[in-house]
Amino acid sequence: MTGGRGWEHEDMKTVPVTWRGRVGRATLDTLVGVAIATGALLSVVLFVTTAYFVILCVIGIGFLALPYLTRAVRRLCDLNRRAAARYGVPVERPYRPEPEVIEKDIVGWMRRCKWILADPATWRDLLWLLLNCVVGLVGFVPAALLYYAGEGLFLACGLWRPLADDGQGRWYAFVTVGSWPAALAAALLALVVLTGWLFLGAPVLKGYAYFVRFLLGPTRQSQLASRVQHLSETRSGALDIQAAELRRIERDLHDGAQARLVSLGLQLGAVDRKMTQDPEEARRLLRQARTSSVQALRELRDLVHGIHPPVLAERGLPDALRALGLASPLHVTVVVDLPARLPDPVESAVYFAVSELLTNALKHADAQRVEVVAWREDDTLHARVTDDGRGGADVSAGSGLEGIRRRLASFDGVLEIDSPPGGPTVMKMELPCALSSPKTSSS
Amino acid sequence: MRVVLAEDLFLLRQGIIQLLEAYDVEVVAAVDNGTDLAAALTEHKPDVAIVDVRLPPTFTTEGLQAALTARREQPGLPILVLSQHVEQMYARELLADGTGGIGYLLKDSVLDDEQFIDAVRRVAAGGTAMDPAVVAQLMTSHSRDEPLAALTAREREVLELMAEGCSNTAIAQRLTITEGAAAKHISNIFTKLMLPPSSDSNRRVLAVLAYLNA
Repeated sequence: MTGGRGWEHEDMKTVPVTWRGRVGRATLDTLVGVAIATGALLSVVLFVTTAYFVILCVIGIGFLALPYLTRAVRRLCDLNRRAAARYGVPVERPYRPEPEVIEKDIVGWMRRCKWILADPATWRDLLWLLLNCVVGLVGFVPAALLYYAGEGLFLACGLWRPLADDGQGRWYAFVTVGSWPAALAAALLALVVLTGWLFLGAPVLKGYAYFVRFLLGPTRQSQLASRVQHLSETRSGALDIQAAELRRIERDLHDGAQARLVSLGLQLGAVDRKMTQDPEEARRLLRQARTSSVQALRELRDLVHGIHPPVLAERGLPDALRALGLASPLHVTVVVDLPARLPDPVESAVYFAVSELLTNALKHADAQRVEVVAWREDDTLHARVTDDGRGGADVSAGSGLEGIRRRLASFDGVLEIDSPPGGPTVMKMELPCALSSPKTSSS
Repeated sequence: MRVVLAEDLFLLRQGIIQLLEAYDVEVVAAVDNGTDLAAALTEHKPDVAIVDVRLPPTFTTEGLQAALTARREQPGLPILVLSQHVEQMYARELLADGTGGIGYLLKDSVLDDEQFIDAVRRVAAGGTAMDPAVVAQLMTSHSRDEPLAALTAREREVLELMAEGCSNTAIAQRLTITEGAAAKHISNIFTKLMLPPSSDSNRRVLAVLAYLNA
């Protein structure tokens, strides 16, 4: 039920590995290793050319090729990042975001070059290329082990006889294979090497993955820089949302309850005047005044519900979500597994997001059934809303989804939309349960 | 009739006491928090408890919880719950045992004293009193269901009044129709919703509420 790519990865680790599976994985490791080592050879070429053109930038010509070269370098780096992630060492891209508007002319070209040269990650990439020329060769280790084991086994099978014709025998590790007992020893050694191939590939490549992360991952400084950028963006978003909320509340109070109370006062004043001369009319006005007060109460109630739904305050998120499901004309299944209360703003954000998604499912998607699932995994709150409507939901199409996304962003939360035309629509939300999350990456 | 009242706002508590006493209803205890409410209910065993959902010390659903606990200890204890807002979920919890003697009204309802007293009497007698707002919520959440969509506009009106807890007579009065016509509508509704017919008014109301709460 909990789905997601993270779990598949988990499964890969915990499933007991059969011999067949192990051979398969060792083979895969060997192939990946060879690819990495090939990348190392490519690094030599890329380093030399890039360094050459960077130097040529001094006299201007280098700028022509720089963006193309950088694209190639970053692509190679990305491939290595992906390979590192395969071995359980996720590496984030550290590059600064590309300038949003780039002119098609020479000015734009120079701006792009400036963006590349000013990014420390570019220089770290170059350093990595240089070191990778050597370090990357460890990728050959699994392949070399396999080759050496094969050689030993072939020798032991009798191949040593034609090779040992000169009477010297042939060296295999520290054994001179010149007789059958020596061949047996060589066979045993080859088996040891083969075992090494089976088990050593992954750790060697994992070690390499750490090397990749060391230089290609974001530095503390670039992490902080992108975090600062993310925070200032989401902070201004949060302030906008808050200001708009306050304006809405002010308007609602001004046009609603406040106006009702004024009219209530006027009605009571009229009652006061009519009391002695026309008691019947006074009584009618009193009834009217009562209706006004009921209406004022209703408007205030709706307003309060929009600010902070009472059921959320009284019962917390799980029951509030169930209440949402009950109130909807759709068939809503709500499955919530949240052991403890979360910070108020988080609960409120999720409540309003789910409420909006339910409204969308009803109004736009023409859905019949909706499933709302919420659970907590580590320190992250996940919520998923699935409907069987006609799909095609799109952030740009309605400001509703964009609003949710912006609201969640101020909590470092994300909204993932999967809504192919024809449905079904799956909306996934993820947000940290703790308000002041220590994380520094921008997601 | 003896009443235990739980309401934390002083002015509203005094107002309700005055209102009840004006109609010869005896308020044997008026408390302002959940703990005292539980004690008062055990001590006085009132004919009906009028309870605010949200009470100190937690200001969550203290009143509702205390009332539900008391009802488990004294089965059938009539409870009239007052609230600043209505929540279908709370209505469902109140009606869960399906025995009646339950009221769930918005606080606004005390503004209309005759209807309020009528609701108090009805609940004390084992009937039900649901706020029109609760019924409206129930109807909205079922608005797409086949059998309900098949009702005529008049039948829907009758169903809503029945869900509020009205008897045939009251329905006939509110809609200015004859009692016979009201009875006819009710029997049509029960056929369309495939509910077993019943001559007992309280049981019919409970059946309708159970249907809408499903």
